[in-house]
Amino acid sequence: MEFFERFAVPHPSPAIYASMVAIGLTVIAIIAGLTYFKKWGYLWREWLTTVDHKRIAIMYLISALLMLFRGGADAILMRAQLAVPDNKMLDAQHYNEIFTTHGVVMIMFMAMPFVFAFMNYLIPLQIGARDVAFPRLNAISFWLFFAGAMLFNISFVVGGSPDAGWTSYFPLAGNDFSTSVGTNYYMIALQISGLGTLMTGINMITTIFKMRAPGMTLMKMPMFTWSSLIANVIIVFAFPVLTVALAMGTMDRLFGTNFFTTSNGGMDMLWANLFWVWGHPEVYILILPAFGLYSEIIATFSGRNLYGYKSMVASMVLISLLSFLVWTHHFFTMGQGALTNSIFSITTMAIAVPTGVKIFNWLFTLWKGKIRFTVPMLYSLGFIPLFTVGGVTGVMLAMSAADYQYHNTMFLVAHFHNTIIPGVVFAMLAGFTYYWPKMFGFMLNEKIGKWTFWMLTVGFVLAFFPMYISGLDGQARRMYTYSEAAGFSMLNMLSFVGAAVMAFGFVLIVYNIYYSVRYSPRNIGANPWNARSLEWATHTPVPEYNFAITPNVASSEALRDVKNGHDLFPGKYEKIHMPNNSGLPFIMGVIFFVWGFSFVFAMWIPLIIATIGIFACMGYRSAEKDHGRYISVKEIEDTETKLRGA
Amino acid sequence: MKIDNSLPLEYSTDQNQLNILGFWIFLGAEIMLFGTLFASYFTLVDRTGAGPAGAEIFEITPVLIETLLLLTSSFTIGLAVHAMRLANKKATMAFIGITLLLGLAFLGVEIYEFVHYVHIGAGLQTSAFTAILLTTLGTHGAHVTFGLFWGTFILLQIKKRGLTPETGNKSFIFSLYWHFLDVVWIFIFSFVYLKGMM
Ligand code: HEM
Ligand SMILES: [Cu+2]
Repeated sequence: MEFFERFAVPHPSPAIYASMVAIGLTVIAIIAGLTYFKKWGYLWREWLTTVDHKRIAIMYLISALLMLFRGGADAILMRAQLAVPDNKMLDAQHYNEIFTTHGVVMIMFMAMPFVFAFMNYLIPLQIGARDVAFPRLNAISFWLFFAGAMLFNISFVVGGSPDAGWTSYFPLAGNDFSTSVGTNYYMIALQISGLGTLMTGINMITTIFKMRAPGMTLMKMPMFTWSSLIANVIIVFAFPVLTVALAMGTMDRLFGTNFFTTSNGGMDMLWANLFWVWGHPEVYILILPAFGLYSEIIATFSGRNLYGYKSMVASMVLISLLSFLVWTHHFFTMGQGALTNSIFSITTMAIAVPTGVKIFNWLFTLWKGKIRFTVPMLYSLGFIPLFTVGGVTGVMLAMSAADYQYHNTMFLVAHFHNTIIPGVVFAMLAGFTYYWPKMFGFMLNEKIGKWTFWMLTVGFVLAFFPMYISGLDGQARRMYTYSEAAGFSMLNMLSFVGAAVMAFGFVLIVYNIYYSVRYSPRNIGANPWNARSLEWATHTPVPEYNFAITPNVASSEALRDVKNGHDLFPGKYEKIHMPNNSGLPFIMGVIFFVWGFSFVFAMWIPLIIATIGIFACMGYRSAEKDHGRYISVKEIEDTETKLRGA
Repeated sequence: MKIDNSLPLEYSTDQNQLNILGFWIFLGAEIMLFGTLFASYFTLVDRTGAGPAGAEIFEITPVLIETLLLLTSSFTIGLAVHAMRLANKKATMAFIGITLLLGLAFLGVEIYEFVHYVHIGAGLQTSAFTAILLTTLGTHGAHVTFGLFWGTFILLQIKKRGLTPETGNKSFIFSLYWHFLDVVWIFIFSFVYLKGMM
């Protein structure tokens, strides 16, 4: 019995018990459903063991959507708690746990996999490749991400959630002030999924450098691939910093070291520095692919080539460099001198310049275009003005002297949601709607989609613009309640209403999927949006080998060229080499989950066994002989005829 | 699989070329990893709390032995790659074997060094300085340990399958890894030990 006590939740509440029951029932329902419909074999063969970049993308997409709702539940609870003054719905501890898991889930387990879904799906298609450079590694990346996400998500029912904020500043995150295992979950779950992210970074860079179709020089790549290339370079340079920081944090908590403590020479500010050396580039890892998606969509629905291709690329390169030189702006108030602060103020403001270049490029692409107001385009058009507001408030925050007023108030919260929601989330939803037909062979309903867009936009403005004001009035972030006399009541109530409207918007997305699965017409052809780039040149749905004949590319708008008489697919069918499926990545994910779980609870024997298991998998992989397989010309011909007929 | 015989064995297939580029990018990430450790080391080096400072605990003899062993092993792994390109299976295996033995000896001395530190009261928990010292050295040591297992696996595969594009590719990548660890060690030697003893 004593052994099991460690798994108890330190601050239980009816809501948590209800969640436990709900989780238990869901798991039983899934298992029963799979057994009843005899889908275990299908699940294993087609999904769990897949190394196909398109299927991995879809698994990322599903995970991202699930996590969006998990993080969204936290969000709505927070806004409900703050909707009225002196609210007793949540206590301080619960509020701490919820804002912590909200931040981590949304950044690491919602936005990141959403971005990876598009990278996985689109990069090989946009460069005319069969798959990524290391398909097996790609599957391992996914399962590591998934193991990390699941580990993090069980924290609130097994042992307690982390409660030191998504930034987990020490000494607050140290053993003295964070006594439950919650912060262990934070350290270790992020470590596992971070490892997966790093491997994705390596994989994608290699793919883009080495596997482009003939004729596609770097400067002829579609803009999304460019933005992904740069984001992945940032990943490779930023994530190892997080790895080290998390390892040190883990050691402080579990091995009694003194990296970030306040005794024996420990230095709490080292954590803050390391965290943001990773953390600031991280926000650009998210926003650059989002910019890439907007570039694709705006070009398509303006009916014009993207304006200023070269300056788009140049500004992203500049942003990536600058993103490593600004991290101190996250703690202007924490003790550097005026000189340091001034330098980082200037580097921070400098980022606004290349970002501004991009905004103007999009505007010039729209200029005199034949604009079609489809759902993806609405998101893009909403993004431009709203994101600009976020950027401008960012520049306000960048003035270190003024930041003493804004820092850690709701003004800051408004700023980063103002960049992340219209920036990243809108891009993901735009891309989701835009590429859905490519992925699944039918369109999402436009009318419901437009309702969703308007609800999210109106809800966003209602939820976050009041925070600028309450922040300037002095409402601190991360406070679980406030008094009537503070005068924030009205603004917070508005935010709650806005959040509720957004929640309806997100539910509409699910309804839209359901509705479109049932009623959407299926014969839509390969290019339903009349788009311009290479990914639309193959069939819908995409065959597993992507292109029957490797394309011969002449420009970044490959489909345009076809209309002008360019022969995109010269030559005849040849047999195609494809990688084999493998169960190993999934098994490694499971072992990593056990590894992480044992680590969280300092159970050393299972930890050692799991470690050996991980190395055994690697050894097995090293010794394994796997040369993949060939798809014969006959099979290709059959598939192509079938897809063309459909 | 298309094999291009005009290229060295380790580059001779498309997949081989992907592997090598991918590994170089991985080494870029490793540079950031060790770079972060070094930056943290320099930040914490004087924060010794009640524990000893570097000059009080470093001993030159084991460190010199370690350096010698690792530098030599970097040379022998280079010879292994050379032999691999000449398609000399026996020599390739011999040089990889010597490399691994040297690595093992390095590890032995490093373990002795660690035991010694703990013995004289410079353990992991003593101070921020000892923690970052042991973590930096330990991360390098863990890489060497991993390399020993990895190298042994490659050795076995060469023995069984001979020098194929795959085993050639693996030994070449292993050599990159091993050289990299050597470079990291040179930084450790110069900026941790020598600077610390001055
Ligand atoms: C023109 C561009 C931008 C500038 C000048 C800027 C500036 C800043 C500054 C100075 C802070 C720190 C303020 C404080 O703590 O008092 C900050 C925080 C933040 N920004 Fe931005 N920002 C920009 C764009 C972005 C973008 C594009 C994103 C995300 C996609 C983003 C996400 C964040 C986040 C997540 C935080 C803080 C989170 C926290 O403390 O928990 N920012 N920004
Ligand atoms: Cu920042």
